[in-house]
Amino acid sequence: MIKIADLSRQAGGKTILESINLEIHRGEIFTFIGPSGSGKTTLLRLIDLLDMPTTGTIIFDGTDTTASDTDRLSIRRRMAMVFQKPAVLNTTVAGNVAFGLKFRDIEKSRIDECVREALEIVGLLHLSERRAVTLSGGEMQRVAIARALVTRPEVLLLDEPTANLDPVNTELTENLILRVHREFQTTIILSTHDMIQGQRLADRIGVIIDGRMIQVGTTNDIFYQPVCKDIARLIGIDTNLKGVVKSNDRGHAEIEIGESIFEAITPVPAGQRVALYIRPEEVTLVLPDSVSHKTSVRNQLTGTITKMVPFGPFVRTTIDFGSHLTALVTRRSADELSLTVGMTVIAGIKATAIHVLADND
Amino acid sequence: MSEIGSGFFQAINLIVTLNPEVMQIAALSLFISLVATIIAAAISIPLGGLIHFHEFHGKRIIIVLIQTLYSVPTVVVGLVLYLMLSRSGPLGVFGLLFTPEGMILGQTVLIVPIMTGLVIAALGGVDRNISDTLISLGATAFQCIVQIVREARYAILSAVVLGFGRAISEVGVAMMIGGNIRDATRVLTTAIALQTGIGDFPLSIALGIILLAIALIVVIILNLITSGLLFESQQALGGPRT
Repeated sequence: MIKIADLSRQAGGKTILESINLEIHRGEIFTFIGPSGSGKTTLLRLIDLLDMPTTGTIIFDGTDTTASDTDRLSIRRRMAMVFQKPAVLNTTVAGNVAFGLKFRDIEKSRIDECVREALEIVGLLHLSERRAVTLSGGEMQRVAIARALVTRPEVLLLDEPTANLDPVNTELTENLILRVHREFQTTIILSTHDMIQGQRLADRIGVIIDGRMIQVGTTNDIFYQPVCKDIARLIGIDTNLKGVVKSNDRGHAEIEIGESIFEAITPVPAGQRVALYIRPEEVTLVLPDSVSHKTSVRNQLTGTITKMVPFGPFVRTTIDFGSHLTALVTRRSADELSLTVGMTVIAGIKATAIHVLADND
Repeated sequence: MSEIGSGFFQAINLIVTLNPEVMQIAALSLFISLVATIIAAAISIPLGGLIHFHEFHGKRIIIVLIQTLYSVPTVVVGLVLYLMLSRSGPLGVFGLLFTPEGMILGQTVLIVPIMTGLVIAALGGVDRNISDTLISLGATAFQCIVQIVREARYAILSAVVLGFGRAISEVGVAMMIGGNIRDATRVLTTAIALQTGIGDFPLSIALGIILLAIALIVVIILNLITSGLLFESQQALGGPRT
């Protein structure tokens, strides 16, 4: 539906986006993930044809969007964008939602009907005559979504739609996005720096770091097979161990990390320097005298707890076994095992839970 | 003190009895300044819009120049226009010197910069996200401009009212271009200057009171405009907050 080729954008002598190549399919939810300032908003603005790229092309449904202003307007009218900070105009909620239809010269009775329907979808019909500027942040965001939906866009762009919302409004907005996608088969492109949100909503994810699209893939690809250290860090993998592949028997490798040997599933050949990435929730902890560590888990490392940091309902626990490893254990488990700093534990990691990348640093 | 006191009571008497001379001067003042304000608004709003909505080299310099003209002395404007409108000047052929039309022209020239500057500031005060939102919703360039002007309507209206306030209270242009001719070009400010000079305090005070009353009305209107948004919000919420 949207083909982006060699897209770049420079502004104020600074390169904001560089060599973006991407294809977004009709009907999918595609999420741009990246740290703040990585270029996500710029890319969304280019797709919505609000700005012109410095180089490259965006093909929308077979039409080059760098063509005439008339073409750009008609393509833009097939899309709608919801901005991170929703701007409402100084009129009623219904008046705000009606703008897109008024711009398209739709007749009044039809506008009223569509506005009503859009406000019903976002659950704000009861506020239709309220001044939009008096709404709360969450309500304004829903007005912005209704305003975008009312024109029945083929593509809905959402820039950090929940960045300024509390957890309740975040859930409401996420459910709304999923409902719109389900009911209208709208292609949705959204940006977020919230990795978990990306995982919850997206069919596919594109990771943008420093203006470059580093990796595109399904949520599983991104979260379990990051292609580089920056993405691993971005998606919450903070265990990054460096070592050398000692042997590889048909994809079953033994990797030496300091004094320890790890077993992992990888095609990387023997002799290659590698980096191992391990998600903290994939690491299990047991006490040395426990019988439960005698399991099928291939990697069992004895180490000492050096740090325990509360993390919501979990505790991020750092274990020193010569190198450092992070485990995410529930508070309940930490209490049951009476985990404390200085205690010796056995960390268990399945061979399949280790993501191995050739280390060329 | 007794002179001021008796002058004040005579002034009230002149106003209450609708003294023809006082009423004629006040009416001419209002007419000239209102027409000048309408003409200036018709120039300043599109001009301000043109400058705000277009990016061009020297835009910043033009805005600084306009802002500089806010505080140009009225006698300087009067002098320049006098030279232009006098018989030997480039616009002398129109015979506008010492006519109400000439005064309208003078006041228009005087208030166009302040009105234009305030219109630019009003449009600049509209959140940039609004224009992005409008374009994203499929607005044409014209639809976008119309909507942004509507969004800035209160601030633009304030600019017009302030322009009127400057026009009716200025004395330099009215004196130099109008000439303060009785029954022809005599307005509130020039009449006050003249009557005070010849010691006719009751008439000066009466005209001064009327001028102050007009200034008060301007301030009240400004306050009503600037609180308009708040008022509308309160109405929408079902009444003022307690």
